[in-house]
Amino acid sequence: MAKSALLKSSIAKKVAMALSGLFLMLFLAQHFFINMTSVFSADTFNSISHFMGNNPLVQFVIQPILIVGVIFHFIMGFVLEYKNNSARPISYAKNNGAANSSWASRNMIISGSVVLAFLLVHFYDFWVPEMVYKYVDVSPLNETRYFHELAEKFESPIRTGLYSLSFLLLSLHLWHGFSSSFQSVGFNNKYSKSLKGFGYGFAIVIPFGFIFIALFHHFNH
Amino acid sequence: MAPCQSTFDFRLYDFQTKNMKLTLKIWRQKNAAAEGKIVEYPIDGIEPDMSFLEMLDILNDELIVKGEDTVAFDHDCREGICGMCSLYINGEAHGPDRLVTTCQLHMRKFKDGDTIFIEPFRAKAFPVIKDLVVDRGAFDRIQQSGGFVSVNTSGNTIDANTIPIPKHDADRAFDAATCIGCGACVASCKNSSAMLFVSAKVSQFALLPQGKVEAADRVMNMVAQMDAEGFGNCTNTGACEVECPKGISLENIARMNREYLSASLKG
Repeated sequence: MAKSALLKSSIAKKVAMALSGLFLMLFLAQHFFINMTSVFSADTFNSISHFMGNNPLVQFVIQPILIVGVIFHFIMGFVLEYKNNSARPISYAKNNGAANSSWASRNMIISGSVVLAFLLVHFYDFWVPEMVYKYVDVSPLNETRYFHELAEKFESPIRTGLYSLSFLLLSLHLWHGFSSSFQSVGFNNKYSKSLKGFGYGFAIVIPFGFIFIALFHHFNH
Repeated sequence: MAPCQSTFDFRLYDFQTKNMKLTLKIWRQKNAAAEGKIVEYPIDGIEPDMSFLEMLDILNDELIVKGEDTVAFDHDCREGICGMCSLYINGEAHGPDRLVTTCQLHMRKFKDGDTIFIEPFRAKAFPVIKDLVVDRGAFDRIQQSGGFVSVNTSGNTIDANTIPIPKHDADRAFDAATCIGCGACVASCKNSSAMLFVSAKVSQFALLPQGKVEAADRVMNMVAQMDAEGFGNCTNTGACEVECPKGISLENIARMNREYLSASLKG
C-alpha cells in the first residue's frame, strides 16, 4: 500500500517538485559559472564549452536528465496549479494575500511561466543550432566558435532586453523556490534561517549575474 | 510616602471612544445548494470595545426587528479556545489581528466609516451550510483516520507522567497540540491546503514516546484522508502560519513531510 500511496500523495508531488527544483538550481549555478568565464576570458569559455559540448557523459547522460528534469518540473507545476485552483471553486470577494505572504510565493506559476517561455526562446537560440551543428550537419569540430556565437546573440537589444526581463522573474522564482525546496523535503531546523539567507543571495546573484553577462556582451561587442 | 505616579503611557494608545458607523458586506447563502451573494448592511452605534461577534449579534438583533433572516455564523466559547468561530474578514482569516480568533477580535481594529467584507472560510473541502457557516467535518474525518494514540483502558493504564520526556520535545508537542482546528490555515492558503492542521496533529504525537508506536500508520492514514477530502497542495507560502490564531509553526509541516517519507519508504 505504502509505495502506491506514496506516488499518489500530495506530499510525494511536493517532494518531487522540490527535488527537481534543487537539481535545476544546481544546473543553473554551473551554467552561471561557465557563462561568467566569457566575461573574463574568451579562451577559457571556449575550452569549457567545448568540453561540455563534446563530453559523452555530459551530452548523453546529464543532458537528457536535465531535459527530463525541466519538463517534469514544468508539467508538475501546471498540474499542481490546476489542482490547487480547483480546491477553491468560489474565490473570496476580498482577499488580502499581501498581509501574510510574499508576492513571489503566491505567484510561482507566473514567474515559472515566464521562465518557461524564456527557456523555449533560449533553446531555439542556442540549443537547437548546437544540435543541428553537431548531429545533423555533422560540422567539423571548432573549439573557438563558442565565444563568438555567444557574443553575436547579445548584439540584439530586443534579445538582451527579453533575457534580462526573464532573469528578473527567475530571481523572484528562486526567491521563494530555494528555501521552499528544503522545507518540502523536510529540512526545517536551526540552520533554516541561514539557508534562507543563502537562498535570497542565490536568487539575487545568479539571475542578476546572468543579466550582467548579457549586458556586458551587448555593450562590448 | 511617594506620590502615586502612573507609568501608563497614554500616547501609545489610539483610543477610540466614538461609536462607529460601518458598512458590512456579508456573504448570504440560504443553504448548501443555493447560490450565494454579497449583501450590504449599514450598521451604526458600534462601540470600539465590542468584539466582532457582538457586532454581528447587534446586526442580527436589527434584522430580527425588521423581520429579516438573521446572518448565520459559527461561535461557541467566545474566548479563543474552541475553534468554532471562523469568518474571513477583509481578506484575512479571523480578521486583521494576529494570534486571535474572530471572537477575540475587537472593533477597535476598525475605523469609523470602514467597509468590512465578511465571508465564510472558502474551500471545496469546507462546503457552505448557510451564510457564514461551513462544514469542517473534513477535519474530524482526518482526526478519526489517525489523530489519536491507542491506550489500554482496562484499568491498569500507566500514568503518562511516569514516562520521562525531554523538555524540548514536550514543549514542541504542546505547541503543536494547541491547534484548535479552526481551519484558518485552509482559508488563508491560496491552495486551500490543510497541511498545517494535519502536521500539527501528526507532530503532537510523533514527538512523544506514546505516539511513536503508531507514528507510521498515523501519518500515512491522515495524509491519505487529507488528500481524499480534496484539500490543495502546500506550496510553502507561509500564509497559514501567519494567520493561525495559535501560531502553529511551519516546522510541523517539515516534520510531517519527514515522517511521511520515512513511513512510505519503510513500507
